[in-house]
Amino acid sequence: MAKAKSDKPVNNGVNVEALFGAQEALKNAPEAAKFKWRSTVEWINGTHSRSTIEGFYGLGAEQKHKKKFTFDADHPEIFAADDKSATPVEIVLASLASCLTAGVAAVAQARKVQLRSVSATLEAGMDVRGILGMDEDVRNGFDGIKVTYKIDADASPEDIKAIVAQSQKRSAVYDIITNPTNVSVEVA
Amino acid sequence: MSSQLAARSIDHVVLERGEIANTWRTERWESLTLLTPNWQSRLPGFGYEGGDPHGFRTMPETIAFLERYAKTVLPPLRTHCAVTSVRRSAVGYEVVTAQATWHCKAVVLATGAFNIAQVPALAQSVPPRIAQLTSAEYRNPGCLEQGGVMVVGAAASGAQIADEIHRSGRPVTLAVGEHVRAPRTYRGRDIQWWMDATGLNDERYDQVENLRRARSLSSFQIAGYPDRRDIDLNALTSLGVKLVGRLAGIQDGKAQLSGSLRNLCELADLKQNRLLNTFDEWAAKNGVNGAVDPPHRPEATRVEASPPLGLDFGRAGIRTVLWATGFRPDYSWLDVAVLDPKGNIRHDGGVVTEAPGLYVMGLPFLRRRKSSLIDGAGDDARDLSAHLAAHLGARSDGVGAAVADA
Repeated sequence: MAKAKSDKPVNNGVNVEALFGAQEALKNAPEAAKFKWRSTVEWINGTHSRSTIEGFYGLGAEQKHKKKFTFDADHPEIFAADDKSATPVEIVLASLASCLTAGVAAVAQARKVQLRSVSATLEAGMDVRGILGMDEDVRNGFDGIKVTYKIDADASPEDIKAIVAQSQKRSAVYDIITNPTNVSVEVA
Repeated sequence: MSSQLAARSIDHVVLERGEIANTWRTERWESLTLLTPNWQSRLPGFGYEGGDPHGFRTMPETIAFLERYAKTVLPPLRTHCAVTSVRRSAVGYEVVTAQATWHCKAVVLATGAFNIAQVPALAQSVPPRIAQLTSAEYRNPGCLEQGGVMVVGAAASGAQIADEIHRSGRPVTLAVGEHVRAPRTYRGRDIQWWMDATGLNDERYDQVENLRRARSLSSFQIAGYPDRRDIDLNALTSLGVKLVGRLAGIQDGKAQLSGSLRNLCELADLKQNRLLNTFDEWAAKNGVNGAVDPPHRPEATRVEASPPLGLDFGRAGIRTVLWATGFRPDYSWLDVAVLDPKGNIRHDGGVVTEAPGLYVMGLPFLRRRKSSLIDGAGDDARDLSAHLAAHLGARSDGVGAAVADA
């Protein structure tokens, strides 16, 4: 287990006591642990769309973010689009990166490791003949994702690796990407 | 426990559903050995006196060992006496068997945690032409069809069975979930020598950092073969076993495999190295560096660059799926409301505090890391029998306990 080198209290801005408290509270209330995440989308024009995220369900009640968040998506000009925003697949990479990085901070806090800087670059390969319908043997999605972290922290390289590995183990987006999920799309 | 109760003059009976060492006789595969070396099966007043202290008992040897111990303790044993119900009564507990009903002030559950083979729900989606069996039903490779075998689960059972089946000429695909990697031998000493000498096996349940996690960890990925070979994932890969990610789903007759293989292997490698660091630090501090070989680190687990994410059972030539996905306890006969939503008994170091007079033994990390080993039974029985004696004392003397054994 990693240990901080100095006696200064470790502060990565993560309230792990609250997280451990939530674990304790949910132990005997499994229903409260059932969340529903929601997003709505409006088509704007071409490949440009705008998603809005505000409400979600959890702890047995409807919940709301502090404000409404919007996320645009589009495609680049080489796809004959207007490039008003990042592509949906890039947003998937951003989701994975944010989820893993939040995990790094939380795990480091729980292990009393002070982080000084955390950054990562992500790259995913894709053969676009899949989405263009040119070859049925080529999948639409990524053929793999490579994430490379650079972390400066009060811990040995081994302990830093262990924090990153544990973050993957507990990451929702990592799980969503690495394991199959049933998706049902209907027209109301 | 019976020997401890006898030493405290507590009147009791031991109820056994079959014969001594019943699980070993009826629910395990033929080549299985104890995973702890002979010297480590230390029961109070009864240890190993043979000429191979570092060897591993075969199944018949384990049965004979437990029979010999029973002859020294002479417990008041009723064999072929399966318990069908335990419930609270005016005296304490009523224990019902087909032959008789017992009324006692205390009951010790010693039925263990490995009663029912756990099979994931997705087993229902395995194509019907593929044979399926669990590690509890498996006996030897000869009972399987010729052809490929998918072994699901890479803890001690899954890795040993994968090793044995692949060597029989049936190509094995091993679906790897979370696992605890460990070398059989480190710096010239058995892993269990290190666990014992460093005090890790004696670590108490009220001292360990994350008890829930410690209790749910799978067993070391090791075997007790005479040649002491490792059966970690690198050893299996060298043998020709194909490693794939966790079996995440089955759709249209095809296995869906998780993309998490690399991380699970990394987690296991890092965890193994932390354990070996602990051993090295202990060796340096206690001046035993001269008595053991120099430190080394096993090669990191080799994972192919892009492990497959799907697998067509038919095209891959898989004829059998073998579930080595763990066990759960069977408390179907326990009519006392002390189970958590996952079906595990709630207890404090073996004392079922919600039901005074009820005790449990032999579960993972019950009171100590060694609680599920033969080596751990003595200390746990001593502690729990003291608690039990105090409980009986508080309730005036008289008829004591029933011990329901595995």
